[in-house]
Amino acid sequence: MTHDIWIYILVASAVTLAIKILPLTLIRGEIKNVTIRSFLHYVPYVTLAVMTFPAIIDATQSQISGALALVAGILAAWFGASLFKVALLCCSVVFVTELFL
Amino acid sequence: MTSENRQALMDGFRDGVPIGLGYFVVGFSLGIVAKYVGLSPLQGFVISLLNNASAGEYAAFTVIKSDAPYLEIALLTFIANARYVLMSTVLSQKFSPDTPFYHRIFVGFDVTDEIFGITVARGGRWLNPFYNYGAMLTALPGWSLGTACGIVAWYFFSEAAVSALSVALYGMFLAVIIPPARKEKIIGGAVAVSFLLSWLAEKFFPEISAGNRTIALTILIAGAAAILFPVKEDDDDA
Repeated sequence: MTHDIWIYILVASAVTLAIKILPLTLIRGEIKNVTIRSFLHYVPYVTLAVMTFPAIIDATQSQISGALALVAGILAAWFGASLFKVALLCCSVVFVTELFL
Repeated sequence: MTSENRQALMDGFRDGVPIGLGYFVVGFSLGIVAKYVGLSPLQGFVISLLNNASAGEYAAFTVIKSDAPYLEIALLTFIANARYVLMSTVLSQKFSPDTPFYHRIFVGFDVTDEIFGITVARGGRWLNPFYNYGAMLTALPGWSLGTACGIVAWYFFSEAAVSALSVALYGMFLAVIIPPARKEKIIGGAVAVSFLLSWLAEKFFPEISAGNRTIALTILIAGAAAILFPVKEDDDDA
């Protein structure tokens, strides 16, 4: 680690707070541009998807348990399970699978 | 404090209790990842107190893990939190001209999906900042103490338990993206393309850091979706 974690935290926090506070204080106007609005509409889904896969497979002790957790999580969320049920299910799948590996 | 403000503070606190409890669990899951990339409990507490954003903080952790340049954490945090620009602009329209300016800063400090949601749901032409402060009284400690606890938990849990808990945050991400992906074809397509390109990018360009991969793919995929399938007015915003 050649970088300082506190400086990472400082930079990330400064950017986040600027994003949250500047539109409320200095800009004070609604965004009318359809392309920018659409971009901001799609961004969270794309970012979360990119960050979830394939990272979930590498997060666990075995890639098999991570992959099974991914499939179980997608199915549970597809059929309407709540945030915490999906999270709990993913953890359980990993825990149980790794008992047998 | 006027009685109206005191009432708003209490209303916000009441509506914030379930949010704060949920945030503790999300914060805890973030803490598991934070410990993995090397944060101390205090560092986890501080980053969660100042950011209060799951995607943004997780994104920051991936940069810290790869020991990438400071510029990368700035860019990635900007992308991962970009949606708050929309919420913050919506809230800016709900401030009465009589409300002192500094309240805008404090309300902006803790714009989250959930607090934005209850603020808008409360209705009324103008928002009362004390309602937001009431919600923040549970949301901020829930989130930041949860993160610190997640980091501390590593010292008490077995390796198997930590391995299992390390997918909790991904499960939460799936619970956020999959239901809209099922409902809206374009979001579903964007999520599928994101999974595919993210996997291909890691496989064929392993030298690109996780943070830069997320930045590039988000701009590419969300940008293409915005140009090809612009969202009609009043279609989003929550």
